[in-house]
Amino acid sequence: MLAYIGRRLLSGAITIWFIATATFAGMHMVPGDPLLNDKAVTPEIRANLEKVYGLDKPVLQQYVIYLGNMARGDFGISFTQQNRSVNDIIAEHFPVSATLGLLALLFAALGGITWGAITALYRDQMPDFVIMFFVIVFVSVPSFVFAAIGQLAILQVNDWLGFSLLPVAGWGTLAHMLVPAMVLGLGTMAYLTRLMRSSMLEVADADYIRTARAKGLTPGRIFFRHQLRNAILPVVTVLGPSIASITTGGFVVELVFAIPGLGRYFIQAVQQLDYTVIMGTTVFYGAFLVLMVIAVDILYGFIDPRIQVSRAVS
Amino acid sequence: MYKAFATLHTLIRGAVLAFVTAPCALLQAAPPAVDQSKNEIAIVMSQEPQWLNTVKATDQVSFIVLDHISEGLMTYDINNELVGGVAVRWELTDDKATFWLRKDARWSDGKPVTAQDFVFAWQQVANPANAAEYAFLMRSFTNGEAIISGDMPPESLGVEALDEHTLVAHLTSPIAYFLELVTFISFRPVREDFFRAQGQRYAADADKMLSNGPFILTVWVHGASLRMEKNPHYWNSSAIRLDAINVPYITEDPNARFNLFMDNKIVMATGLDKSATSMAMQKRQKLKSFRDGSTFFIEFNHRPGRATGNLNLRRAMQSVFDADALTYKVIGLPGNIPAVSLFPEWLEGNSQRLVEDFPPPAVVLDPAQGRRYLELAKQELGVEEIPPLSLLLSDTPSSVKQAEYFQDVMMRTLGLEIRLDRQIFKQRLAKMSAGEFDLVAAGWAPDYIDTMTFADLFTSWNLNNRGRYKSKSYDQLVRQAQSTTDKYLRNQAFGKLQSLIFEDVVILPQYERGYIYVQNKQIEGVRRTRVGGDPNYNYAWIEGN
Repeated sequence: MLAYIGRRLLSGAITIWFIATATFAGMHMVPGDPLLNDKAVTPEIRANLEKVYGLDKPVLQQYVIYLGNMARGDFGISFTQQNRSVNDIIAEHFPVSATLGLLALLFAALGGITWGAITALYRDQMPDFVIMFFVIVFVSVPSFVFAAIGQLAILQVNDWLGFSLLPVAGWGTLAHMLVPAMVLGLGTMAYLTRLMRSSMLEVADADYIRTARAKGLTPGRIFFRHQLRNAILPVVTVLGPSIASITTGGFVVELVFAIPGLGRYFIQAVQQLDYTVIMGTTVFYGAFLVLMVIAVDILYGFIDPRIQVSRAVS
Repeated sequence: MYKAFATLHTLIRGAVLAFVTAPCALLQAAPPAVDQSKNEIAIVMSQEPQWLNTVKATDQVSFIVLDHISEGLMTYDINNELVGGVAVRWELTDDKATFWLRKDARWSDGKPVTAQDFVFAWQQVANPANAAEYAFLMRSFTNGEAIISGDMPPESLGVEALDEHTLVAHLTSPIAYFLELVTFISFRPVREDFFRAQGQRYAADADKMLSNGPFILTVWVHGASLRMEKNPHYWNSSAIRLDAINVPYITEDPNARFNLFMDNKIVMATGLDKSATSMAMQKRQKLKSFRDGSTFFIEFNHRPGRATGNLNLRRAMQSVFDADALTYKVIGLPGNIPAVSLFPEWLEGNSQRLVEDFPPPAVVLDPAQGRRYLELAKQELGVEEIPPLSLLLSDTPSSVKQAEYFQDVMMRTLGLEIRLDRQIFKQRLAKMSAGEFDLVAAGWAPDYIDTMTFADLFTSWNLNNRGRYKSKSYDQLVRQAQSTTDKYLRNQAFGKLQSLIFEDVVILPQYERGYIYVQNKQIEGVRRTRVGGDPNYNYAWIEGN
């Protein structure tokens, strides 16, 4: 088991190194110049700026310096906010994205399992059609539309009530998180609903369900004790990778709801060609994703005894 | 036994507390836009301030914060009139500016603001080690040029503190607008001992900066919120009526800002689009408009080898381009006005506005004449057809719409093919600097309140002259205006420049930018400004307070 974890961590490290290298190369290949601003600067000031950011050195040397710093956990100083280190930016803003993401995931998981179970129970009947219609809408409509609609809905409700039931935007209390988390979780919820539905239907034809029925168990008992518990396994296994994708994918939601998460910095950095922030956030997110996948693989062994991690690789 | 009971008690108490407080926290209302009892207001910012260091600040959001928490020698009052800030008296000659500082000007830690604080700040701006983008402003002082290029130490800058309260600046040439210029962020004071004590972290957090302005930055949660409280040490604090300005929201999304305003969470929402405008009207909000002082235009590439270097080709385009149609029909948002010149309408002339004293030559729309110019251009260039011209623009929906209109007009009237070259911000800038365009959708916003901030744009030595327009008479006229402080002589030169820009078709003026905004009815005295940080709440007050 330990050897397996060690091997996985090593291959994870290689993956992260690859991500860092690819990002570094891609970033330098993107046209545009990070030091340019609306107003032109003299060649002297330009040269001074390049010196400050180390851009006066050959690209290969920049890469070596960068990797060295990264190995020590130092991502450098932001280009657009020169007195903030990228480490600070990640440390301050990732917890916000993570909180929002976990809440969104909770919402998605509860919703997905519930709706999936209901659609399976009422297969090819009205509840199934209605829910599956919304599932398709949630999967296909991008989140910025729901973000805008959600915000407008809060505004209308507050206006109608005459007081602020929920804040329109901002961050700080649970009330601030509710609607953004729902919007952020919609896509994943829809995906989980479909997964849960098909898994439920698969289980419905299993022998042990028939046996249970033959024994004369009540439909409710069959549904909750046998069908639901067995069908939920695949849903639990996809939750792991979903954690990574949902906590990192909230850019639009963060923008619309004025949430100080890391997603906004990530996107703005790309727009502004803020080299150090691009590198820092990409490598951080990459590492996070890799770790999540490893964690889930290891956990499989505990959740499902049929999967033997140590034997699987040897 | 007792211990177990105590633990149980704590647990139950905790659970009950959580049960009661959680819904409370859930329903806790965010503070309203105007808090009458606390005498506070809430505003929104479009971005996190990038630099709250006056030496290096370049972005608009930082300017807004800095204009509340710092003050220069000169400043603007509630009516946008230029008045003394830290300076109580001043004397301006052709080669020297002397400022006498008020003795009651203090930093937020109670220590006096001295002439030395200005000397230190300006040296820091010029110091190449800081690589300040606005370092070029220090060329106005003797040795400034040499310091920027690293040939002389920053201490040799031609600015000196005669005593604690007297500052003398030695100018390399007469600057008619010097008093306006020193209101700019780069000319704010910085106290050396505090600056050095913070090292790299200076102005990185609220507790790592000093204020000498009407407010103090007390809270700065990066990317999330800021709070500015009234500065008790400010010399004119009796004129400051608000107790605090909160910034609980930072978002780039104009719709989110408008929704926050409609939910009564912020006092102003600006940049309303069509749907927001109509919703505001439905809810009986009073719409206001503000022009930010900038001009937008199509700039030609005048570099040799470019077809756009041909005067008759540019004239052909001038004869068919209709700025009115662009402004009113294509952009179609109230607030903007068509531009008729590089110089916006608000610039002052001799006794009235500059454009009234020197009316810009009017464009006569004449497609037939345009086609005659085009024929001439083809002959001069020795081509059968003008090759497709590239129009460089940013990737925002509104600029694409404008460019498509331009493309359509040129094709319809002249049969000229325009290819749109949409680029993201930094890449558009890179192409502009490298001259990789025939036409570029550009604009200019004033740095200080004087015609010169626009006039020197197309001199051969200005790096922002991206089309590399080069004209001896243009340079000469600008030098004329720069060599004197006489209003009449300067305006005469500007008038001639304006005609020259038209005759030579240096640019095609498009529009002067304006915004529609809504403002809370309870708040008064908000200053809108074309230079520095806009809007400004220094002198604002809540009705009834």
